[in-house]
Amino acid sequence: MATLKELSKQDELLSGGHRLCAGCGIPPIVRLVLRAANAPVVATTATGCLEVGTTIYPYTAWRIPWIHSAFENAAATISGVETAYRALKKRGKVTQEDMKFIAFGGDGGTYDIGLQALSGALERGHDFLYVCYDNGAYMNTGIQRSSATPFYSNTTTSPAGEVIQGKQEWRKDLTRIVVAHNVPYAAQASPHNWSDLSKKAEKALKTKGPTFLNVMSPCPLGWYTKSEDSIKWAKLSVDTCYWPLYEVEDGILRVTYKPKEKKPLADWLKPQGRFKHLFKPENEHLLEKFQARVDLEWQRLLDLDGKRL
Amino acid sequence: MAITMTKGQVGLTGNSAVAYAMKQINPDVCAAYPITPSTAIIEDFSGYVADGAVETELITVESEHSAMSACIGASAAGARVMTATSSQGLALMWEMLYIASGMRLPIVLANVNRALSAPINIHCDHSDSMGARDAGWIQIYSETVQEAYDNMFQAVRIAENSNVLLPVMVCFDGFITSHAIENISLVDDAEVKDFVGEYNPATMLLNTDNPVTYGAMTLPDTYIEFKHQQSQAMSRSKDIALEAGKEFGKRFGREYGLFDSYRLEDAEVAIVIMNSAAGTTKVAVDELRKQGKKVGVLRPRLFRPFPFREIANALKGIKAIAILDRVDSMNDFGGPLFNEVRSALYDLETRPKVFGRIYGLGGRDYKVKDALGVFDELYKVVETGKIDTLTKYITL
Repeated sequence: MATLKELSKQDELLSGGHRLCAGCGIPPIVRLVLRAANAPVVATTATGCLEVGTTIYPYTAWRIPWIHSAFENAAATISGVETAYRALKKRGKVTQEDMKFIAFGGDGGTYDIGLQALSGALERGHDFLYVCYDNGAYMNTGIQRSSATPFYSNTTTSPAGEVIQGKQEWRKDLTRIVVAHNVPYAAQASPHNWSDLSKKAEKALKTKGPTFLNVMSPCPLGWYTKSEDSIKWAKLSVDTCYWPLYEVEDGILRVTYKPKEKKPLADWLKPQGRFKHLFKPENEHLLEKFQARVDLEWQRLLDLDGKRL
Repeated sequence: MAITMTKGQVGLTGNSAVAYAMKQINPDVCAAYPITPSTAIIEDFSGYVADGAVETELITVESEHSAMSACIGASAAGARVMTATSSQGLALMWEMLYIASGMRLPIVLANVNRALSAPINIHCDHSDSMGARDAGWIQIYSETVQEAYDNMFQAVRIAENSNVLLPVMVCFDGFITSHAIENISLVDDAEVKDFVGEYNPATMLLNTDNPVTYGAMTLPDTYIEFKHQQSQAMSRSKDIALEAGKEFGKRFGREYGLFDSYRLEDAEVAIVIMNSAAGTTKVAVDELRKQGKKVGVLRPRLFRPFPFREIANALKGIKAIAILDRVDSMNDFGGPLFNEVRSALYDLETRPKVFGRIYGLGGRDYKVKDALGVFDELYKVVETGKIDTLTKYITL
């Protein structure tokens, strides 16, 4: 893997000047993943913040071939691109020896509306990497809940109201769903740990067949946090074990980061406006329930560490 | 499937003929999801892939939405791309149909016409492709197996023409044409290759030396210009389609126009009808002609773009015309063909009397007697100068 110094000297494949928010987690994720390719890359993006923010015509921030077609079909679209590569290479119409294919989607485009297309593409075994930037809600359309939205989170469609305190359902474990497709490589990562994310992206892109990265992506707008603190909150999501960093390679699960001191979940929740209601005295039991579930999920993961799934 | 020719002719179902056309075209990528009654196209084609009879990469996707999405990805990547579907499949593709045409991707789709649910029905009508008539796809309708086969080659040529660059849908009737065996003439492989030519797109995702962005976001300052250009391409495609039909005739002896006129030159009354039912109507015409009645048929082939001037010109001087739709627009004012042909006739100095009839939904038979019944009605209109009912269902 390249050192940070080497990485900083590489050409930016996603140029500056795009219109994603200050403090958005998506650009560092995309830039780190693209840097890990070591070969020409073609990318697709599901409809969402990344697409809207990078390609307002006549501008494009993409210095690589890029396509967006719709919301729920990034995996199907990249299937077509990757298959065209094999077809045209066979016929000698494309001579590029090695090419990488990456699909980017938010949690809305991946966990929810795009899950079928993702499952299909994983099952068919296309040679591509799918990167989900998980900011925990439909942020592009104004913070509506997704199946990735954290427990009790206040969103515009799961508001913390007089009777119902935010989202009532535990989030979908998409990484495990992807792993159940028996893909050769899948991992969870976070942009605060650039080295871990880069390593995982490099590994995924080196691996033949479908691979998957689920990356925590802070969203100051939807989390009600300060732009300059995003990376800090990404780190705390990992140090509280809400968002564990792990990988599943050829069926073997490995936790890639174990915090020396597991931080209380409240440390991550408290600074975020979306969890404000949890800190009312009458909601203490919800906070306890949330902490208990995080502890359980973390323990389940530790139990699997080093094991073949 | 091994195809054996006898005296230059071969008995094939519509589906097998279209699959064979795809084999001969040998596209780079085919992404498809099976659905009745078009399933056999993809089954036959999968056989060609499995036997190494084509170089095509087949993507057996998990839905029609993904089929069209993968076609879009592959086409933007620079591949020649084909697919096939019917009914609910086309309906599920609906979102992506607009994106394929808006991105100006010359994808070719064989649509085997089938009714839309509910109630669910697997048989023929035109509600599927007519529902997609404003999706920006060129639509060619086919009367026979031979024509469905021939249209596939013309479709590739029209779609990929640099003055067009639009996707093309070749439509033919479910079961009636897709499953009926007809003796057809095949075109020689080498001649197919020459007729469709090589596809060399100006831009493609796989050219990393010239990275391009497909599917950018537009705002009110540019969106309408994109749509205007697309609309102009659609207008231009009419001449290109005509040219392709002529060139096909020159090479293979079967010339195709924008529409097919049958005994229309001196006709007093006429039926306008599409796809296989035109054949049935022609039988009725022949019977009536034997009785000395001057009747004819106009069968539109190209429905998108709609050749309204040419159709109006061909129907000029006819006293009464019935326009038959195998679909209802549910607008209390007849089907799409009725509305468009009737509108096309508006600029004629002497307008014919026109009425619309909806027939054969969900595979209900349309028989020679039904056509004769419509001709009877037409003569009544000529005699009385009055139309009793502007639009109604027949074959009930």
